[in-house]
Amino acid sequence: MNGATRVTSSRPGEAGHYGKDVRSDLHVSLEPRDGGGLEIDLESRVRLYYGKSILAQAREVLESLGVKHAKVSIRDEGALPFVISARLETAAKRAGLGNGKKALPEKVTLPEPSARDRLRRSRLYLPGSEPKYFINAALHGPDAIILDLEDSVHHAEKDAARILVRNTLRAVDFGRCERMVRINQLPIGLEDLAEVIPEAPDLVLISKVERPDQVGEVDRMIGELRAGNGIQRPIWLMPILESALGIENAFAIATVSPNVAAVTIGLEDYTADLGVVKTTEGKESAYARACTVNAARAAGVQAIDSVFSDVADMDGLRRWGENSRALGFEGMGCIHPSQIPVIHEAFAPLPVEIEKALKIVAAFEDAQQKGLGVVSLGSKMIDPPVVERARKLVARAKAMGKAQ
Amino acid sequence: MTERIELAQNAAGRMVPAMVNGKPQIPYLGVAKYQPRGRKAAPPVRSSKDYPENGDKRVANLETALRKCGLRDGMVISNHHHLRDGDRVALMALETAAKIGVKDLMWFPSASFPSQKGAIELMQSGAIHHIEGSMNGPLGDYCTQGKMRGMGVLRSHGGRWQAVQDGEVHIDVAVIAAPTADPFGNADGSHGKSACGSLGFALADSMYADHVIVVTDNLVPFPCIPWQIQGNNVDYVVEVESIGDPAKIVSGTTQMTRSPDRLRIAHLVASFLRDAGIMRNGFSFQAGAGGIALAFVDYLRRMMKEDGVKARFVRGGSTRYLVEMLQEGLTDYILDGQTFDLDGVKSIASDPRHVATSPFTSYNYHGKGNFASMVDAVVLGATEVDVNFNANVVTHSDGRLLHGIGGWQNCLAAGCTILAVPSFRDRIPVIVDEVTTLTGPGELIDVVATERGIAINPRRQDLLDAAKGSSLPIRPIQDIKAEVERICGGKPARPKLGDRPVAVVKWVDGTVLDTVWQVA
Repeated sequence: MNGATRVTSSRPGEAGHYGKDVRSDLHVSLEPRDGGGLEIDLESRVRLYYGKSILAQAREVLESLGVKHAKVSIRDEGALPFVISARLETAAKRAGLGNGKKALPEKVTLPEPSARDRLRRSRLYLPGSEPKYFINAALHGPDAIILDLEDSVHHAEKDAARILVRNTLRAVDFGRCERMVRINQLPIGLEDLAEVIPEAPDLVLISKVERPDQVGEVDRMIGELRAGNGIQRPIWLMPILESALGIENAFAIATVSPNVAAVTIGLEDYTADLGVVKTTEGKESAYARACTVNAARAAGVQAIDSVFSDVADMDGLRRWGENSRALGFEGMGCIHPSQIPVIHEAFAPLPVEIEKALKIVAAFEDAQQKGLGVVSLGSKMIDPPVVERARKLVARAKAMGKAQ
Repeated sequence: MTERIELAQNAAGRMVPAMVNGKPQIPYLGVAKYQPRGRKAAPPVRSSKDYPENGDKRVANLETALRKCGLRDGMVISNHHHLRDGDRVALMALETAAKIGVKDLMWFPSASFPSQKGAIELMQSGAIHHIEGSMNGPLGDYCTQGKMRGMGVLRSHGGRWQAVQDGEVHIDVAVIAAPTADPFGNADGSHGKSACGSLGFALADSMYADHVIVVTDNLVPFPCIPWQIQGNNVDYVVEVESIGDPAKIVSGTTQMTRSPDRLRIAHLVASFLRDAGIMRNGFSFQAGAGGIALAFVDYLRRMMKEDGVKARFVRGGSTRYLVEMLQEGLTDYILDGQTFDLDGVKSIASDPRHVATSPFTSYNYHGKGNFASMVDAVVLGATEVDVNFNANVVTHSDGRLLHGIGGWQNCLAAGCTILAVPSFRDRIPVIVDEVTTLTGPGELIDVVATERGIAINPRRQDLLDAAKGSSLPIRPIQDIKAEVERICGGKPARPKLGDRPVAVVKWVDGTVLDTVWQVA
C-alpha cells in the first residue's frame, strides 16, 4: 500500500452482491483515504459495452456525496444505472461518508396520482433488496407493485434496501401500476419513510398494525414529509392486520385517518399469533378475514386479502381468490407474476352479475330521463343502495375490460 | 496465415473474403438472387464384387477402417452431431487419424460441441488444419482468437447439405456414429442404449462421401429396422464399447423457462399467432428446444385446445411438448430434424406419425423446394437484431463465436418468422443499430417479440393489418430500442473488432453473407 494514502477512516464500506448467479446487481467496496483522490477499480460482465459509463457514473455519484479520497472496487453483474448509484451510496454511507447527502438517479415521469378507490385486485411483492425484479415488474400487469422493506429484507440490509427502493421509485417506470412501499414496524418504519416519501410512492403499507395510534404516527410523519418536500399527490395508507389484537381493532384502525384507503390482513403472522396452522382452505382465518371485510366496509375503505404462498398451485390460488371475492375482498397480494392473471380472473365480477348490474343502471338512467323518483326493473322496485352498487360494479367491470 | 486476404463488398454491404481456404467465393447477392448451374457432385462408382457377399462389412477397429479408407494428409473427415455433447465418435475418429500420423485434415462436423475441445490439441499438433462447421465454447474462442490455420466456415444445416451436394465440400471419409446398425451398414438412431432419434444430419455424408464408416455400440443382425442410413452407401462397420454418454445425448426432460419475463415473451408470441389468424386448422409451425420456445409451444397448445384448432404438422427439434401435442391429436404429424429428449426418442421409435426428416427434405435450398418454406410460422432466437430486422445468431456482441447457425437460416423461409428475444440481456440491448455478424437478412424476418412489445417488419403490411385491433402491444422496433437504451443508460459502446477474417458465414445458397473477425 502506498504510504502517502494512509487509511484514516474507522471502517471500509461494502454493499451489494456479486457472483456467477447474481444478475442486475453489483458489489461495491469503498475504503476511505485521506488523500490520493478516487481510485476506482472495475470488473464488469458488461465492461466492453458500459465500462466507461460505469466509471464515469461512479465518479459522479461519489463526488455528489462529497467522497473525495477513496479506494473503490466495483464488481458489476450488469446492474442498471439506478442500482449502481444506490450501491455506491450505501457503501459510502456504511464507510461513514456522505451523511445527509443523496446521489439521486434521473427521474422518470410519474403516472397519474392514485385514486383512493382505484382497482387493487393484485399487488406484486418485490423484495427491496433484489433489483433484478424491478425493471420488468410492471410488464406483467399487476394493479400495483410493492417494494418491500420488511420481511423480505434481512435486518442488516435495511439501510441498503431503503436507498435502493428510493432510487427505484424515482428511476423505474412502473407504467400504470400503483407504486406501493411496505415499511417496517415502527420505529424502524419511520426511517423508511424519511428515505422513500420524498419520491412520492402512491401508497404505504404499514406492517403489523395493532392499534390506531400506530397508523396515526405514520400518517403524521408522511404529512410532514409531504409538506417538507412539496408533494401534492396523495399518499394512501394500507394498514396490515397481522395479529388477534389487530383484528379486534380493525374498525378503529381503518378510520383513524382519511388517508387510509384499504386494510389488509397478513395471515402468516396472524396464524402464528393464534398458534394454529395456516391451510390452503383458510378455515382457521375465516373469522379474521370476515372481521377485516366488515370493518373495512364500515369504514368505507377497501378490504384486501393476504397472499397465496404456493406459487405452483394455480387451482388452489383460483379457489382462494374466488372465495376471497365472495367474502367481500377486492384483491389480494401476489408473490409471483404468474399469479396475476389468475387473481384478476378470480376477482372479476361474474358475467351474470355484470348483466344484471347493466340492466339496473339502464333502468336508473331511464328513470332519471323520465323524471321518475322510483327506479324499477320489471315488476321490482330497486332501492338506491342497489343502484349505487350496480353502478360501482359496472365501473369496475369496465376498468377490468369485462364490460363495454 | 500471413498472406493478404482480399475482401469484396456483398449485397448486404458486408466485407467478405474473396477466397476461403484456397477456394474462390461468391459474395452474397441478395435473397433468391444466385442461380446455381451444373450438376450435383457424386461419390465414385463402386462394385459389389469388392464387398463381402454375406454383407458383413465389420472390421476390427476404427484404425483399421480409416487405414482401409486410405486416409491421408489434407483429407476431409466428417461427423454428425446427433449425439450432441455426449458424442465420443468424432474425437475418437480424429484422434485415431492423428495416431496414424495423418496431418492437415479438414474436420467437417455438422456441428461441434464443448466436449470436443480436444480438437484444439489436434489443431495445435497439426493433425487438423481447420474446421468447417459451427464452433462455440473453447473451439469458438480458438477460432475467433485467430489461432486456427484455415478459415472457419459456418453453414446452416441446409447450407451444409447444399455445399456437399454442389461439390463445394468433398468429404473423403465420413465417420457416422450409429446408435443401432447391422453388419451391412444399415443404421438407425432411434434404438439402442445411445439412442438419439433422427440421424438426418448424417444422410448427406453417407450419400456423397468417398468412404463411409459406421461406428456403433449396438450391433444387430441384418436387417437393422428401420434404417435411416442405407448400408449400400457404407464401406466399413466398426463395433465399439460406447459411442456416447447417454446422459448428454438427450436430456431426460427438456425444461421450459421459469423466468416470468421469458414466459411473457412466449405468451406474446403464441397470442400473436392466434390473434393474427396464423393459428388455424391445418396450419404448421416450428419451434426449437430453448426455454422460450418450449414455453411458446405450451401456451400455443392451450390456445389450440381452447379454440379447437388442429395443426397438420409441426417441425421438430422434437421434445416432450410436441410429443404430447401429437398424442392429444393437436397435430397430425411431427416432422423431426433432431430429437432433444427421451420422450422425443421414444415417440420417434414407436409412433409412425413422428417422422425423421433430413436437411435435404427440410432445408436444402438447392433442391426442388424444401419443407421450411411450407411452414406457416417459426419461432427462433437471436443474439442481436437491428432496426431493419437483420439478425445475428452466431456471435456475441463482442464478436466471439457463440452459436452455430443450425437450421436457423433455413427456417427464415417460413410464412411468418418470429424472433423471440429479451429486449436486453445483462444491460446489453438486443436491438442495435447494426448487428455484429449478419446471419439473417431482415427482409426474411417478420416479427421481433420482446417482453416490452412486439415489432412487426414494415414490409409485412399483411401482418400489421392482421394484428390490428388485437390487445397485443404492437410497437415500432425503433420505439422498443429507444426505451431499452433509456433503461440501460444509453447505447452500449461498440467493441472494436480486428481486421483479420477468421471465419465466414455462408448464406443458404453457398454465397458469403458475412465475415467473423479476429477478436483480441
